[in-house]
Amino acid sequence: MLQIEKIRKTFPGVVALDSVSFSIAPGEIHTLLGENGAGKSTLMNVLTGLYRPEKGQILLDGAPVTLNSPRDSLGLGIGMVHQHFMLVPAHSVFENILLALDNIPHFFSRKTLKKKIGNVIREFDLDLDLDAPVWRLSIGAQQWIELIKLLMRNCRLLILDEPTAVLTPQESKRLFIVLGKLKEQGKSIIFISHKMREVMEISDRVTVLKKGRSLTTLQRGDFDEKRLASLMIGEDQIPQWEKQTHVVDDDVVLQIENLSVHNDRGLSDLENFDLSLKRGEILGIAGVAGNGQKALAEVLTGLKTATAGKILAGEDDITDSTAKRSYIAGIAHIPEDRKSIGIAPDMTVDDNLIMKSFKSRAFRNWIFQDRKAIRSNAEAKIDQFAIKAGPAGNPVRYLSGGNIQKVIIARELSERPAVLVALYPTRGLDIGSAEYVHKVMADGAADGMSTLLISEDLDELLKISDRIAVMFRGRLIGCVDPLKTSREEIGLMMSGEGAP
Amino acid sequence: MVEILLDATVRAGTPILFATLGAIINERAGIINLGIEGLMLIGALAGFAATSLSGSLLIGVIAAFVAALLAGSVHGFITVQLRGNQIVSGLALTMFGIGITALFGRSMVGLTIAGFERLTIPGLSMIPVIGKPFFNQDALIYLSFVLVFAIAFFFYRTRWGLALRTVGENPAAADTCGVPVNLYRFLAVSIGSGIVGIGGAYLSLASTPMWIENMSAGRGWIAVALVIFASWSSYRALAGAYLFGGITAMQLRFQAMGTTISAHILQMLPYIFTILVLVISTVRLAKGASQQPESLGQPYDREDRK
Repeated sequence: MLQIEKIRKTFPGVVALDSVSFSIAPGEIHTLLGENGAGKSTLMNVLTGLYRPEKGQILLDGAPVTLNSPRDSLGLGIGMVHQHFMLVPAHSVFENILLALDNIPHFFSRKTLKKKIGNVIREFDLDLDLDAPVWRLSIGAQQWIELIKLLMRNCRLLILDEPTAVLTPQESKRLFIVLGKLKEQGKSIIFISHKMREVMEISDRVTVLKKGRSLTTLQRGDFDEKRLASLMIGEDQIPQWEKQTHVVDDDVVLQIENLSVHNDRGLSDLENFDLSLKRGEILGIAGVAGNGQKALAEVLTGLKTATAGKILAGEDDITDSTAKRSYIAGIAHIPEDRKSIGIAPDMTVDDNLIMKSFKSRAFRNWIFQDRKAIRSNAEAKIDQFAIKAGPAGNPVRYLSGGNIQKVIIARELSERPAVLVALYPTRGLDIGSAEYVHKVMADGAADGMSTLLISEDLDELLKISDRIAVMFRGRLIGCVDPLKTSREEIGLMMSGEGAP
Repeated sequence: MVEILLDATVRAGTPILFATLGAIINERAGIINLGIEGLMLIGALAGFAATSLSGSLLIGVIAAFVAALLAGSVHGFITVQLRGNQIVSGLALTMFGIGITALFGRSMVGLTIAGFERLTIPGLSMIPVIGKPFFNQDALIYLSFVLVFAIAFFFYRTRWGLALRTVGENPAAADTCGVPVNLYRFLAVSIGSGIVGIGGAYLSLASTPMWIENMSAGRGWIAVALVIFASWSSYRALAGAYLFGGITAMQLRFQAMGTTISAHILQMLPYIFTILVLVISTVRLAKGASQQPESLGQPYDREDRK
């Protein structure tokens, strides 16, 4: 149905897509696989008309088409559920869907339209209040609205960019059932995910992208998890490590009591949150994205202030104390654009590495920087953490996601923090780098560092945590032992039910 | 006494009301326009010049609308197509408006025209107390009433209005729904500016039918503040504009009664109130009562990697 040939797209200083070709058949679920920066999202933005490619062509039903704007793509029946939802939080569900509809007369009856939308919603067994403003809904519900927008427009090709990141395992299952139905109706689906389990479950074909090139396309039956993993990693080495069954101390290094955090709208992101972290423990935090995990990480690392409650380090109250900075270190996921969290993208690797300790005497002479010390510090760190940093003076932005993560880890661990808060640290990283992050946490635990690992990947949590806490709507639902629990049990807790 | 005060309130509030409504249309599309003061002056001079040349008040109002629309479209071009800095461009527009009207207005100083006259609406004007002040007024004031309702209807009852609000909230969302974001923004800035121009024309064609250099005297800035006070709603803009009209009317009244308070202090009242209003509405904003279009002030670049 759709054929993509040798697409190339560059941004200033970056080749996002080098040469990508693949095709989609009607009634097929086609998965795109690749690490962050491999060009998946860029490619999809080309298909939806947001980006214009420099080279290559797109054929629809055998005829070349030019997609100059999302309008063109929608006209041809190509629609996408974006990773960052394209919704207006302040508008009602109805208004958000209304804007997406085409062929509506300028004077229309709100009643009949609402009925029509209501029917579609019921078809999928959803419970949505059409008049509620979108910001009141859960992230999962917002995802459904995005999907309904496309279905109401009768799109032939649906693109879903990591749809399950914001769903519980149960909700994901329901999504897959819906996708199956759509497939039977002859619609084509492009599915993007990092979670191997899902890729294996629903894909008819898989195309692997690496560094802006399409490596290969495999039919169902020709691929398994190992094959796909090795394709994604290529020649890179995977660090080997074994989870050591170390004894977790009974010393509590971090005690969170009744912590509440309000967001910009005056609602609670966290409410009466209690948690205690022991020395040398890796405590996993599970939950659907948008249930307060980010606020928790931000308040612990000092990016947000608590509205109520306490954070205790042993005996000391460090809720609003500057001591928190050296006691708790933080790492987070590396977003596709590399410019938000954790680094100053246009500054060099050297400077990024000392950002936390630039005031230290080791890096200055009186009021001047000691460039030599800064450089040798960078060399030591690059060596120790095996960072592929490129030539000296290279801005961090040019590094791959995995190497940026290593730069951040090197900086955060340099002050030997007691607690590491990791917010989706492996999301979008290639498998090699993800394993490396896991190894850092496990090694840290052996040295007595405690880690709070916030992740949406249950497999990751089950693999390396000593204990898993589940969050829902800013509250702690309960804690489980990864050795004794099941995906289903955690899934139920993630939807706010079934506390043990 | 109350009727006279109310009447003065409406007459003083109307130019601010037009300016606020125009600014709301700008900001609903996500573009900050600090050129309101300049646009009012351009509208005032264009309206006065056209009327004094043609002798027709209607032509004057149209000229004010068109002149301000053209001046505003420069701001639109800079901020939408070129994605320039909205604050700088808006301030430049105000400076430009003050300068150019002073230059071309020199030959207009001292000329007189026949301004807008009162039109009594039969029936409605007989209502006690509020009848006379609201329904024994000139045509432009009636136009402002209609605009308040028309803008609210446009925003909340039409698909164009929904698209415009979405453009101001989340241009990427509008874009992915097939809405031509730049066109909407450009038209909103241009037409909104034109409406601001009518507010200027009210000063030179109705309030005091003559041209005085810099006659808007800061009303454009009050309108900029009122947009926040009105939380981007045309109904609340009406309330806000009359509140300021009332303060102006009252201080004039005080002066006429010959109080011992210095006239300079009294003339400061509307501006002191502007500061108060900004403080109050900003505190309300901070408390989460925000109606502010989320993308206000941010240029939209489709290919920007987010």
